[in-house]
Amino acid sequence: MSTPVLELSGISKTFGAVRALSDVDFHVGEGEVVALLGDNGAGKSTLVKVISGAHPADSGGVITWDGKPVTISGPSDAQRLGIATIYQDLALCDNLDIVGNLFLGNEKLHFPGTLDEVEMESRARELLDSLSVRIPSLRVPVASLSGGQRQIIAIARSLLGQPRVVMLDEPTAALGVAQTAQVLDLIERLRDKGLGVLLISHNMADVRAVADRAVVLRLGRNAGNFPIADTSYEEIVAAITGAADNPVSRRSERTGASALATEDK
Amino acid sequence: MTQQTPVSKAPAQGGAESAESKRDPRLLVTAASPKGWIEALKRNLRSGELGPIPVVIGLVLIAVVFQSANDRFLSPQNLSNLTVQIAAIGLMTTGVIMVLLLGEIDLSIGSVAGLAAAVLGVLAVKQGVNEWAAIAAALAIGLLVGLVHGFVFAKLGVPAFVVTLAGLLGWQGLHLYLMGADGTINTSPSGPISLLTQTFFVPAVGWGIALLAAVLYFVSVATVERRRHQAGLPYKPPVELLFRAALLLLPLLGSVWVLNQYKGVPLAFLIFVGFVVVLDLVLRKTRYGRMVYAVGGNAEAARRAGINVDLIRISVFGIASALAALGGIMLTSRNFAASVSTGGGEELMMAIAAAVIGGTSLFGGRGNAYSALLGGLVLGAITSGLLLLQMNTAVRFMITAAVLLIAVILDAFSRRGRKTHARGGA
Repeated sequence: MSTPVLELSGISKTFGAVRALSDVDFHVGEGEVVALLGDNGAGKSTLVKVISGAHPADSGGVITWDGKPVTISGPSDAQRLGIATIYQDLALCDNLDIVGNLFLGNEKLHFPGTLDEVEMESRARELLDSLSVRIPSLRVPVASLSGGQRQIIAIARSLLGQPRVVMLDEPTAALGVAQTAQVLDLIERLRDKGLGVLLISHNMADVRAVADRAVVLRLGRNAGNFPIADTSYEEIVAAITGAADNPVSRRSERTGASALATEDK
Repeated sequence: MTQQTPVSKAPAQGGAESAESKRDPRLLVTAASPKGWIEALKRNLRSGELGPIPVVIGLVLIAVVFQSANDRFLSPQNLSNLTVQIAAIGLMTTGVIMVLLLGEIDLSIGSVAGLAAAVLGVLAVKQGVNEWAAIAAALAIGLLVGLVHGFVFAKLGVPAFVVTLAGLLGWQGLHLYLMGADGTINTSPSGPISLLTQTFFVPAVGWGIALLAAVLYFVSVATVERRRHQAGLPYKPPVELLFRAALLLLPLLGSVWVLNQYKGVPLAFLIFVGFVVVLDLVLRKTRYGRMVYAVGGNAEAARRAGINVDLIRISVFGIASALAALGGIMLTSRNFAASVSTGGGEELMMAIAAAVIGGTSLFGGRGNAYSALLGGLVLGAITSGLLLLQMNTAVRFMITAAVLLIAVILDAFSRRGRKTHARGGA
């Protein structure tokens, strides 16, 4: 495999007396969807914040971008490199329309300070078309959109900066079945466009549906790096919980059936 | 923000995705005919998108009621006085609208108007400073006061309600202190201060402004729609634009005609409308305005989008207080005097009520500059009508309260309508 776009090795992060991350390695390549898994408090969000620059890592670790060492000491560093983060609370302005939200903080202007709505609407239309997202009118306030559409707008918004790595924090957490499918479709399209995607999710079905690889964190340390295609659900759960001895695998041994079989049909 | 009216003949953009770029079949098409427009209007009304319609109906009702009670109500003289009367509080309302769009409130605008009047009176009359310089100083002090409010609110995290409540008391105190022993300072009846509300333009100027406004409106929207057409976006056909321009021109010409029957278009009203138009353009067409709406809609989202939220908040409070100071200057001009009571009475409540009656939401992110004009006209008409009927202030307050309540109820219904009809809204 070629050099990963983003590679972190030996990353640590301490908050006071708490070691949230110790010696964590992580990498994501072009056109690859990597799921970041772990129980609550395992350090997933901390790792995302280290990458997005919200909480820079402690010294000692190495971050490389296209094989070159870089430092990420703030959100603007991450943005300049081409890392986009979509947080769980979508950070959309309900009272603005779709075009307004897509270009918020990044408006296209013609005279000094005046908005070029035509240019923005064309670009928005092109962008959404390229993602095969179909929304009737781009001039409705986002408050009127469904949860899935809102998530899609939030993701599309991050793509305007031409990122190469996109990090999604629980993108399907609050969505219904059809809306989840829409978002998963979009993640696949991002992958097909050659973007590296880092996906945090608690939903194993989603992870198995779109991810190529699963990186598991446990208590702030690497607890496994599995190619999804040839790893069973139990192995991943074992890595997340820290032992093969857990209720899920005990049950599946007892019943002989994979819990997965009921999980994704 | 206006709803775009798509048409079906938007050309495909070409390329592999051409099917995608065609208009979505789920979108309702508005036919380019009066019938189509009426249907679109009905659709909007049903979904709670009332726009200025309730206010316009209210104005017509007010006109009919007062005209039948006293036939001087619609006389050119009364209407001309009305336009001058609403200018001062109207300017304060435009500032309030900016603050309301942020989802905040400014309770100090009355006191700031009074402070500006005191500064103006003391400088221009007692100190003998050039009147223009005194006006500039009063405006600058208003701006400074607003920046202080904004700073304490945005940077120190004190709720705007409390900051401006302190301002309400504090600036009124400073106002009384500056006025000193005199209860009133009379301004020169022929100086620039008095001329602000005593100047009327010859008829030709009024006609010219009305025509120019309609032509500029048509040219600017036609340019935009042409670019939308060329870019393959939904656009409005020229017929509809002409219709809209005519819809704008008619009331403009009507107003000018009425005002010309008396003394002509008053400068004070022109200043007020000018600020409303400029504010509207700033809010809808500039990056700054988009930022104001964004901060009012979701401050955290605005911050993450890289908007300097604190700077927007401080600047909005600065603008609001500067406009309040301008309102105070207008009050001084109309009374030929700055007094201890200038801006200390009902001005604050009337300015906020006008913004809400005009359709600006108290909850932030929704509303427009024209609320100041519409709300100001409603309140001004009620005041003027009741004065003609020789009703006292008690009755006027009660009627104004009822109108305000109706406006807020309509706003609440409209919010509910937006939610259920997928139109969004704050």
